[in-house]
Amino acid sequence: MAEEAKPRRAEDVCPSKKSGLDLATVEAALAQTKGPEYWRSLEELSGTPEFQEMMHREFPKGASEWLDGVSRRGFLRLMGASMALAGMTGCTKLPLQKIVPYVKQPEEFIPGRPLFYATAMTLSGYASPLLVESHLGRPTKIEGNPEHPASQGATDIFAQASLLELYDPDRSQTTTYRGDARSWNSFLQATRGMLSVQKGLQGAGLRVLTQTISSPSLNDQMRSLLKLYPQAKWHVYEPVNRDSANAGAQIAFGEAVETRYNLDKADVILSLDADFLYAGFPGFTRYVRDFSKRRNPDGAISRLYAVESTPTSTGLKADHRLPLRASEVEEFARTLAAEIGGGGGGASSSAANAKFVAAVAADLKAHRSASVVIPGEHQSPAVHALAHAMNQVLGNVGHTVEYTEPVDANPISHGDSIRDLAADMRAGKVDLLVILGGNPAYDAPADLGFADLLMKSGVALRVHLGLYQNETAELCHWHINEAHYLESWGDGRAYDGTVSIAQPMIDPFYDGKTAVELVAILNGQSGTRTHEIVQAYWQKEHPGADFDAFWRRALHDGWIAGTTFAPKAMALKADGIPAASALGPAGIEINFRRDPSVHDGRFSNNGWLQELPNPLTKITWDNPVMISPAMADRMKLKSEDMVELGVNGAKAVAPVWVQAGHPDNSVTVFLGYGRRRAGRVGTGAGFDMYPLRTTAAPSFAAGVQMRATGETYKLASTQGYQTMETPVGSRPLVRVADLEEYRKDPKFAQEGEPPKDLTLYTPYDYASQTYAWGMTIDLNSCVGCNSCMVACQSENNIAVVGKEQVAKGRHMHWLRIDTYYQGDRANPAAHFQPVPCMHCENAPCEVVCPVGATLHSTEGLNDMVYNRCVGTRYCSNNCPYKVRRFNFLLYQDWETPQYKMMRNPDVTIRSRGVMEKCSYCVQRINENRIDAERADTTIPDGKLQTACQQVCPADAIVFGNINDPNSRVSKLKAQARNYSLLGDLNTRPRTTYLAEVRNPNPELSA
Amino acid sequence: MQIFHRSTNTLSRATIFGAVFVVAAAFLVLAEVQRSPYITYEGVRKPQPVPFSHQHHVTGLGIDCRYCHTSVEQSSFAGIPPTKTCMNCHSQIWTNAALLEPVRESYRSNKSLQWTRVNQLPDYVYFNHSIHVNKGVGCNTCHGPVDQMPLMYQNASMQMEWCLECHRGAEKFVRPRDQVFNMRYQQPSTTNPVVFAGASFTDQESLGRAIVQNYKVRAVKDITNCDTCHR
Repeated sequence: MAEEAKPRRAEDVCPSKKSGLDLATVEAALAQTKGPEYWRSLEELSGTPEFQEMMHREFPKGASEWLDGVSRRGFLRLMGASMALAGMTGCTKLPLQKIVPYVKQPEEFIPGRPLFYATAMTLSGYASPLLVESHLGRPTKIEGNPEHPASQGATDIFAQASLLELYDPDRSQTTTYRGDARSWNSFLQATRGMLSVQKGLQGAGLRVLTQTISSPSLNDQMRSLLKLYPQAKWHVYEPVNRDSANAGAQIAFGEAVETRYNLDKADVILSLDADFLYAGFPGFTRYVRDFSKRRNPDGAISRLYAVESTPTSTGLKADHRLPLRASEVEEFARTLAAEIGGGGGGASSSAANAKFVAAVAADLKAHRSASVVIPGEHQSPAVHALAHAMNQVLGNVGHTVEYTEPVDANPISHGDSIRDLAADMRAGKVDLLVILGGNPAYDAPADLGFADLLMKSGVALRVHLGLYQNETAELCHWHINEAHYLESWGDGRAYDGTVSIAQPMIDPFYDGKTAVELVAILNGQSGTRTHEIVQAYWQKEHPGADFDAFWRRALHDGWIAGTTFAPKAMALKADGIPAASALGPAGIEINFRRDPSVHDGRFSNNGWLQELPNPLTKITWDNPVMISPAMADRMKLKSEDMVELGVNGAKAVAPVWVQAGHPDNSVTVFLGYGRRRAGRVGTGAGFDMYPLRTTAAPSFAAGVQMRATGETYKLASTQGYQTMETPVGSRPLVRVADLEEYRKDPKFAQEGEPPKDLTLYTPYDYASQTYAWGMTIDLNSCVGCNSCMVACQSENNIAVVGKEQVAKGRHMHWLRIDTYYQGDRANPAAHFQPVPCMHCENAPCEVVCPVGATLHSTEGLNDMVYNRCVGTRYCSNNCPYKVRRFNFLLYQDWETPQYKMMRNPDVTIRSRGVMEKCSYCVQRINENRIDAERADTTIPDGKLQTACQQVCPADAIVFGNINDPNSRVSKLKAQARNYSLLGDLNTRPRTTYLAEVRNPNPELSA
Repeated sequence: MQIFHRSTNTLSRATIFGAVFVVAAAFLVLAEVQRSPYITYEGVRKPQPVPFSHQHHVTGLGIDCRYCHTSVEQSSFAGIPPTKTCMNCHSQIWTNAALLEPVRESYRSNKSLQWTRVNQLPDYVYFNHSIHVNKGVGCNTCHGPVDQMPLMYQNASMQMEWCLECHRGAEKFVRPRDQVFNMRYQQPSTTNPVVFAGASFTDQESLGRAIVQNYKVRAVKDITNCDTCHR
C-alpha cells in the first residue's frame, strides 16, 4: 500500500468533492424533490454516487489508511517497534513524581479544587464579562459571568478560544529593537530623549494609534496624554469597526450613539445585513439569549426577516430571507422606509422585492413598538440612518430600541483616522509613532500603503505593542510584548456600558506590558503598574472611605454596579435621510467580511479557531471566495477552483466556494487570512484579501474582475464528513414545521419508536437509579454560533489536528454542528443541528468492542475507557451518528510546557491510537455528585451543566437528570416537539432534539 | 530410512506439551513482576528532601492527619503542607537541627520543598479523597500504619484490582466517620465492639452493612462504573 502513496487530491478523500459536480444534476434533483428535503452540501442535493459512498463510510476515504510516503520497509519497522511497545505497555513503571507545595499557601486556596474569578475580555472595545476557572493558579477554562446581564453565563467563540491565546508559545516573549531582544529598561532609556523633544514641541510629532477603546482608565490616560502634548494626535483604527454605525447616527441624530436592542420584546425583527446572531456583534450573547427566548412556538413566537448580502447563520436562521447585493440593501431600506412612512422614498424596487417589502412593511406596521430594524456594520451610513428613522416611526424607541452614549470612548471614524495618520506620515510630520495593539501593516486599507509608509516615511521612532511579533512589529523599531488580558489589570465597557474590571489570573508569562502602562510612560509616569493606574482611576471616580469595599465588590462581581448607560432620548434630525446615492456600476460586487473564525486576523494563530468550521461552509483553516451557484454555472466554476480577483487594479487570488444562498453577481471574501507573520499556526493559512480593500470602499466595492486561473486548491471542509445515513423510509434528521403545521399537529416530529423491550440484550432498569443523565437540544433556539464546539474543545482537552488532517476527515471535535439546507439553492433556509454523543441506551458501539473499552454506566453514560482502548475502531464503524473520533496520530502536544498548564486537569489527555468522544462532561458529573453526596443531598437541577450547555447563548442545550420528573430536561423531553435522532434504529439515545418550528409570514410563504 | 530415533517422538511430544507450561510460566512471571514492588513501589521508601517521620509526628506528638493534610475533607487531593506549616513548630523547636535545614532554607528563600510523591496513581485515574473520607474509609485502610512509619512508604499496590477489592465490597472496610482519622482504630470484635448510630456491633460485616446503608454508599454496580475513576 505504501507504494501507492501519491499526492492527495480532494476526491481521494471526500468522493463527494470529486471534480466536475454537475450542476445540471443538482437542478434536476431539485426539480424532482417534493416537500421539505434537507441537504448538507450541493453534492448531497444531487445525490451523486460519490456522495452515497461517502455516507456509507465510517471515516472519509483515506482517513483510515496510511498513505503518507513511507516505504514498505519503513512501515514494517514502525509496525515492529509498535508491536514491541504494545507488549511492554502492560509493565510500565510510573516515573517518580514530585509534589511541590507552597511555601506559604494563599488563603481560601484548596489544592485540587478550582477557583473562579471574574474578569472581562475586550474585543473591539466591547467587554465580555467572564468567569475564569483557575486550577492551582492556572486559568484552564473560561465561562460567561452568569450574574452579568450582558452574558448570563454565556460566552462566544472568541472568549472561549482566548485561553489558547494566553498559552500560545508563539506569543511575543520579549521587548525587541529591530528584532533583537532588549531589556525593558533599554526601551525606557531609548525613548526618554525622544519624549523630551516631543514635550518641547508640544507633541507635534507624536502620534498614538490605538484600537477601539472603551476602557475608562485607558481613555483617561489618553486624555491626559493629549493635555500633556496638545499637538499630539490620537488615531484609532481597526479593520472591523463601527464607522458606518457612527456615521449613520451622525446623519440621523447629529451625534454618535450606541444603539441597543431588546429582542425579548420584539415580535418582528428585520435585519438589514446585520449578523447579530454571531460572535463579534456587540451584545451578541445577550441578543441570542433574548432572541431564543422568543422562539418558543408555544409562546409568543417572534418573526425574523433578513436581508443580506452574504449568507450568514443569522440570515439562514431567519423565517424569511432576501439575498441582495450589498449595494442594493440601501435601496431596499429606502423603499421600505417610504412604505412605513419613515421618509427616504423615491427609490424603486424590483417586482420580486416589492412583494417582500410590502409584506415586511405590513408586518412591521402591525407590530408598532414591538418590532425592530437592525442595520449591519458593513452597510452604508444611509442604511443605519434609515433604520433609525424606521425604528422611530414604528415607535420602537424606548421599547425594543434604546439609545445610549457610545461605548467607544473615542467614536471617530477609523477610516478617516488611519488616512489622516498616513497623510501625516507621508508629509513627514510624525517623529514618534506609538502603535498600541493592532496590525495596521497588515490590515490597513490598501490604498494607504501603510506598510511602505512605516518603512520608508522616516518616522524617527516607531513603537509597537502587541501580543505577537506580527507584520507591524517587523516594521517598527521597538516591539513591546503585550500582556494578555488574562495576565493584566484593566477595565472595559460591555455593550450596555456596564464597566467590568479585568483582573489578572496569572503573573504575566513573559513580563508583558499593557497599553495603560505604555501610555503612562508617555505621560512621564514610568514605573507605575497597570494595577495602580486602573485602581487610581476608579478611586478618583469613587472617592470616599468605602473605596476598598467598592473595589472588592467590583472585582468579586465582575462589574461596577450603576455604570450601565441610561437610555437617552434622541431627536431625529429633520433632514435626517440623505438623498439616494447612485447605484454603483453594474458588474460583480465584492463584500469584505470579517472571518467567522479568525475575525480580522488577530486570532490567526489560534488553532481552536482555525479549526472551527465556518458555520455555513464548514471550511477550516481557509477563507475561500464565496460565490452564488448561478454565478458558478455562468462562469463554469466549481468549489476549489482558483480565481483571480481584481478590484481597481489590486489583485488577489483565492479558491472559490459555491455557497447556496449567496446573492448573484456578487462575491464575498473574508479578511484575516494570508498572514505572513502570525506564528506557526496562522502563517500562510488562507489568502490575504486586504490588498483589495480601500479607504473608499471598506465594506463592499463594485467593478470586480474575476477570472479562473485554471488551478485548483484543496479546501478542508468538514461538510459532508460524518453524514448520517438515513434508512429508506425513515424521517429526516432535522425536523421542521411551520407554526401553522405545528399548531395543527404538535407531535409532527415524533414517530412510533420501537418498543423498549425490542432488544436482544437484557434491558437495564435505569428508572431505579438516582440519576439518569439526558440532554435535549432545541433546534429552534440553536443559531449555529459554534460556541459549544470551542467550549467543548477547551473543557475536554481536544486536540487540534491541522488542515491536512481535517481534509482527511480526522478532526477531533467531540461536538459537531451539522448544517442542513432546505429548499431553493439560490435562497435556502438552514437548520443547525449540534451532534454530540447520543449516549444510546442500546449503544451499538458497546457490543462490538473486543476489549470492553466502551461500556455503559448505570446512569446511562456511554463510558469511554481510554486506557483499555486498543484502537480497533469497531465502535466508530458501528456508530450510526458518527460521533466517535479516533487519534490516528499523536495529535496532542505532549511537549510544549505552556499547553501542559492550559489543560483541564480533570480530563485525561488522549494519546495516539485511542478512540474518544463526548462524555457528557463526566468530570463535571462526578465533581457535582461528590459535592452533593458530601452534603448528603442530590445534585440540584441546573447546578450541573455540561460545557456546551454552559456556553450556549441560546440556551438550546439542556442537560440533567431524566429520572427527576421536575428537572428541566425531563420537562423538555415531555414536550411534543421532542424526537430522537434515528430513533427507528432503537438505539434509544439519551440526547434528543426539539424540532424546529418556523414562523413564516403567510403572505410570503404562499 | 528413519533419520530420527523413535525416542524423538516422545521428546517432541514432551516439548510441545512442555511449551504450554513454559509460556504459562512466562505469563505468570510477567504477572508477578507486574504486581511486584519493583513496578508498584509497594513498601518502597522513596528518597525525600527531609527524612520526615510520620511515626514521630503522629504517635509521638499526637498530631492529627488534618493538621497537615488540610484539604482531605474537601478536595480530591489531601494536600501536602506548605513549608509554613512545618515552620509553625520548627521556628520554635529544633531550630538548629541539620536535618531541617532544607525546610528553613525553603522558608527563607521562598522556594518550595520538592517532595517525592509516595502514593502514585496513573494519570488516567481520578481519585477523590474527600468522598472516601466522607463515606467512612479510614486513612490507614489505604495508607497503612502511617503512625508506625519512620519513613513513609506506599502501603498497597495501588493497582486497579486493589481498588476494586473495596469498591466491590465496601462493607468489609468502612468505619464510622468519627473514626476515620483514628490511626489506632480496630475493626469490631466481640472483645472490642464498635458503637455506630446508637447500636453496638461486634463484627465488621454487620457494622459495614449498617454504615454502607447509613452513609448511602452507592451500590457496587454504581461504584464499579468505569466513569467512577476514569474520564
